[in-house]
Amino acid sequence: MKTKYLHVHRLRRVYVWELPVRYYHWLNALAIIALIVTGFYISNPLALLSQEEASMRYTMGWVRVIHFIASYIFFFNFLFRLYWGFVGNKYASWKQFIPTSKKFLKEMWTVFKIDILMLRGKEHISIGHNAMAGFIYLLTFFAFLVQCLTGFGLYASMGTWWLPKLFSWVPAMFGGDILTRQIHHWSMWFFILFAVVHVYLVFYHEYVEGRGEISSMGGGWKFIEEEVFQNEEHHTPNEPNK
Amino acid sequence: MSNELVPTKQPTYYEEVVRKGYNRRDFLQFVSMMTAFIGLEHTAMGQMAKALETKPRVPVIWLHFQECTCCSESFIRSSHPIVADILLDKISLDYTETLMAASGFQAEEAMQNTMKKYKGEYILCVEGSVPMGADGVYCMIGGKTSLQILEEAAENAMAIIAWGSCASNGCVQSARPNPTKATPIHKLIKGKPVIKVPGCPPIGEVMAGVIVHLVMFGRIPELDKLGRPKAFYSKRVHDTCYRRPFYDAGLYVESFDDENARKGYCLYKVGCKGPSTYNACGVMKWNNGTSYPIQSGHPCIGCSEENYWDNGRMYERGSAFAGFGIESTADTVGKVALGVTAAALAGHAIMTNVRKKKLIVDLEDEGRLGEEKLKS
Repeated sequence: MKTKYLHVHRLRRVYVWELPVRYYHWLNALAIIALIVTGFYISNPLALLSQEEASMRYTMGWVRVIHFIASYIFFFNFLFRLYWGFVGNKYASWKQFIPTSKKFLKEMWTVFKIDILMLRGKEHISIGHNAMAGFIYLLTFFAFLVQCLTGFGLYASMGTWWLPKLFSWVPAMFGGDILTRQIHHWSMWFFILFAVVHVYLVFYHEYVEGRGEISSMGGGWKFIEEEVFQNEEHHTPNEPNK
Repeated sequence: MSNELVPTKQPTYYEEVVRKGYNRRDFLQFVSMMTAFIGLEHTAMGQMAKALETKPRVPVIWLHFQECTCCSESFIRSSHPIVADILLDKISLDYTETLMAASGFQAEEAMQNTMKKYKGEYILCVEGSVPMGADGVYCMIGGKTSLQILEEAAENAMAIIAWGSCASNGCVQSARPNPTKATPIHKLIKGKPVIKVPGCPPIGEVMAGVIVHLVMFGRIPELDKLGRPKAFYSKRVHDTCYRRPFYDAGLYVESFDDENARKGYCLYKVGCKGPSTYNACGVMKWNNGTSYPIQSGHPCIGCSEENYWDNGRMYERGSAFAGFGIESTADTVGKVALGVTAAALAGHAIMTNVRKKKLIVDLEDEGRLGEEKLKS
């Protein structure tokens, strides 16, 4: 080891994820977990045996209540995140998610080659989301939208508040609740697959980069090599290099 | 034959009822029942009685295309005999293939006469879907295709009612691959509102309610976003189901012959589509309010919902995944996708340790070097 030339990096602390973004992230995670668990129960409840009268129990009722409460949290949290995309720092900006420049697309291609296909090449450095991640988050936003539309659409006929009633056109568009419910159910699988890949990639980046990827969603800090700053490299996918 | 055969002045509904041998009490009973059915306040009973006493019978043309006549059957079994007597038998069913006495030339002539004489005043009821395949040869009457007959009759109708799932949604004859191209009528009639009264069949009282509403107010009832009368289709079967407490309690029938079925638990897990089906079955019930499918121990099959015949299986809630084979459900596909993802990630993890070995080793060495510096 001692014979090997080793460049010891000087790291700089960068405040990437602001507190509202971190709150959003964990609230979203909790809401999604609650929604998936209760959603599975609602679609196929357990075979309970009970000596009690039905009037003494409210199992499905409570599961549905949790689902509906979590859905409201999820919905407003999502709206808040959209808002924060306009007022937050550059790592939270909406520009992180929409491929609007050639550079964004080029970076996506690089990430695909280096991180997914693991071809040899210059390692890619990003501080906030890399371009590929940003684009995948854009897809998750669409999935959020689908779930909110179909979910509140199904809820519209039982809700008394005006907000869910705004979505009553959704089941009408799909010709009724049967298909709407199925779309709601199918889309849920996107969240499960996303969560699995997401958690894996967080560990992957921590493992090969050592920049504090995992802890960044706790404290907001990432640790970036000093040279990256000195070279004035881009920080976000759509930001032009100096 | 001339138009003279159609009576110049139509008698009122009340006159017809009296002529039929009903007394005033029967008439008022019918009025109060209909008022309740169409969701009006009891104070509207006077209005309703007055309307039926003064308004002449509205001529009705009732067409039958691709259907099984279960709508007509349901209608003539609605709970009050006056319903069938004045609304169907007597309402001047000026033309209806299954119930009229005339046939051939006379029948066609009667329809033509009604259409001419009561231009813009008659109600057009359509039972059945219209086959659009092979130029409509799958259902022709009197040498005309269903589409020709429909378009001709719809042109000057005061209102158009689509009876049942066939006329509203296409029903089972439009199931994939829909060989005859069975088409619901709202897709064929442009520029005119179609009142959809879906169900296979619709509830007789609902059908009567829609007609009475038209007669009483002279305009179509309030419709929902899918074109169904709100008075009967704004609640799910689930919402008014007497087994709902078992659903909320989490107590379900697991199979048709189990203990839970005997206890009358909720039929959700044996495929009940009540939670996705908008209809009034739970309140109005069938055959003079005797029962409805769930009450007889059978899950709702969602017969009043669009595409119920192709949207998944009848005795399962699991959502069938169109295009992936009948046996595949969304969850099976999901589980396979999850397995594939997990395998891909495992492969990626292994490859990371191979391809990115230098990076990882450097990071570890860098860390160790720092640690040593701290020691010294």
